[in-house]
Amino acid sequence: MNSGSQMGDYRTQQTLETFSFLPEFTQEEVYEQINFMLAQGLTPAIEHESVANATDHYWTMWKLPFFGERELGNVVAELEACHRTYPDHHVRLIGYDSYTQSQGVCFVVYRAKNW
Amino acid sequence: MAKKYDAGVKEYRDLYWAPDYVPLDTDLLACFKVTPQEGVPREECAAAVAAESSTGTWSTVWSELLTDMEFYKGRAYRIEDVPGDKDCFYTFIAYPLDLFEEGSIVNVLTSLVGNVFGFKALKHLRLEDIRFPIAFVKTCMGPPSGIQVERDKLNKYGRPLLGCTIKPKLGLSAKNYGRAVYECLRGGLDLTKDDENVNSQPFMRWQNRFEFVAMAVEKAQAETGEVKGHYLNVTANTPEDMYERAEFAKELGQPVIMHDFLTGGFTANTGLAKWCRKNGILLHIHRAMHAVIDRHPKHGIHFRVLAKCLRLSGGDHLHTGTVVGKLEGDRASTLGFVDQLRESFIPEDRSRGIFFDQDWGSMPGVFAVASGGIHVWHMPALVTIFGDDSILQFGGGTQGHPWGNAAGAAANRVALEACVKARNEGRDLEREANDIMHGAAKNSPELAVAMETWKEIKFEFETVDKLDVG
Repeated sequence: MNSGSQMGDYRTQQTLETFSFLPEFTQEEVYEQINFMLAQGLTPAIEHESVANATDHYWTMWKLPFFGERELGNVVAELEACHRTYPDHHVRLIGYDSYTQSQGVCFVVYRAKNW
Repeated sequence: MAKKYDAGVKEYRDLYWAPDYVPLDTDLLACFKVTPQEGVPREECAAAVAAESSTGTWSTVWSELLTDMEFYKGRAYRIEDVPGDKDCFYTFIAYPLDLFEEGSIVNVLTSLVGNVFGFKALKHLRLEDIRFPIAFVKTCMGPPSGIQVERDKLNKYGRPLLGCTIKPKLGLSAKNYGRAVYECLRGGLDLTKDDENVNSQPFMRWQNRFEFVAMAVEKAQAETGEVKGHYLNVTANTPEDMYERAEFAKELGQPVIMHDFLTGGFTANTGLAKWCRKNGILLHIHRAMHAVIDRHPKHGIHFRVLAKCLRLSGGDHLHTGTVVGKLEGDRASTLGFVDQLRESFIPEDRSRGIFFDQDWGSMPGVFAVASGGIHVWHMPALVTIFGDDSILQFGGGTQGHPWGNAAGAAANRVALEACVKARNEGRDLEREANDIMHGAAKNSPELAVAMETWKEIKFEFETVDKLDVG
């Protein structure tokens, strides 16, 4: 039944936490997640980091968190600007939750070129 | 005016039935479900429970007059019908704060569920709920880290965590056991777990297990770039052994250890929680023996009480049942005590079995752990029921994958992320489960195989302990 020829081999992957087991999101899928985050009242923030340092807890902040930002378009524009400036870096989107003092959302939007 | 000593047996209700009493904010309140012996009046029974669980004894004693019993006694202040059951009733009892040592769950339970449960005038007795006053809550340390700190340490946000208990639960050598851990973690699980029965048996002594598991965790972490952990069970025969094992886990740089809070006991648990706070180690809590105590609908202690006690005693994760898997658990009732673990204020809500408002103040929250008989097809329901602040543990559902643990882990991780993504997009996970799962499987052969393997497995039995409804 479960012979070698039918059995797959699982190759270990380098991954980037939440949503990294799914294919890279389309633009539309990213927008959906940003809309969710804004609807939850979270504060959007963007961070980027080189592949070599991607396992560090602290990534480099892109500007400051965008306090009070409610517009999808503005968040998208910042994400794109960060990605243009650091094409060889991973870029992640964070949703800060000031009530729990934690992050309600955090996922990598742009995976580094050639990663 | 000084009272006179009047020896003899008094009716409990003369002293301990106080229907006009208005509970103080500092009182510890309890709700019991009482099934009296035939012919015993409700008020007398309720008062007896109040007396026997606080200051009273069966006969008046002269030394009572040396103190102010009005200040110290527990009072039965309300009686209510149990919906749909004429044989029993609820009684509500208020206990003055000074009856209990600060920060001691042991002391609270020794009083509230001590001698009184063997009292002859009662057929059955069940402690349904306790309202811990905030004044008492603030004397307890609670979870060593709590949900938010754990997320920060593990660097995992916006989704439930994914775990699994290593199987077979007994009999593996330490090196083979570490292999099973490594395979699960490299495949995409965040955490793996010692089975509760695994302590330090002849086939696998604890030092060997800890060392091989540490190698597995380190390697998986290095290869995947994600933070990994394994709950090293330090439950042991003596507190000294327990602390020795905890120290070794710390020496190996491991992030999390585990304890069985009911078989180990609250004294051990509170001590270990304090050790974990001091040493920055996460504490996973298993609940072996709970069904002995909490499953009978008329006798024992409801799990919501044990869950509250655990949050006060200290633990970062607690098993809560799955609602959908192989083990007992009614959905509304489970959600009721899951709230008690995670939220900072929970209002009274009888539809979920919550008898009192409960204010937790600033006490950290505890991750709810859903474990036991679950597989990928349960994922949409689990994400809906438990939300992000939970740990979903698939034992057989990971290691039973036809391609092995790593593929099983990847299947679960893909399914989990697909469900969280869909939920955030506003989709109804339970209604659209089929679509969401099949969509995700298109990009994951591991998930496709898992879905085929477990498509027929369900655990649909009636819950034994139901909420009381008319």
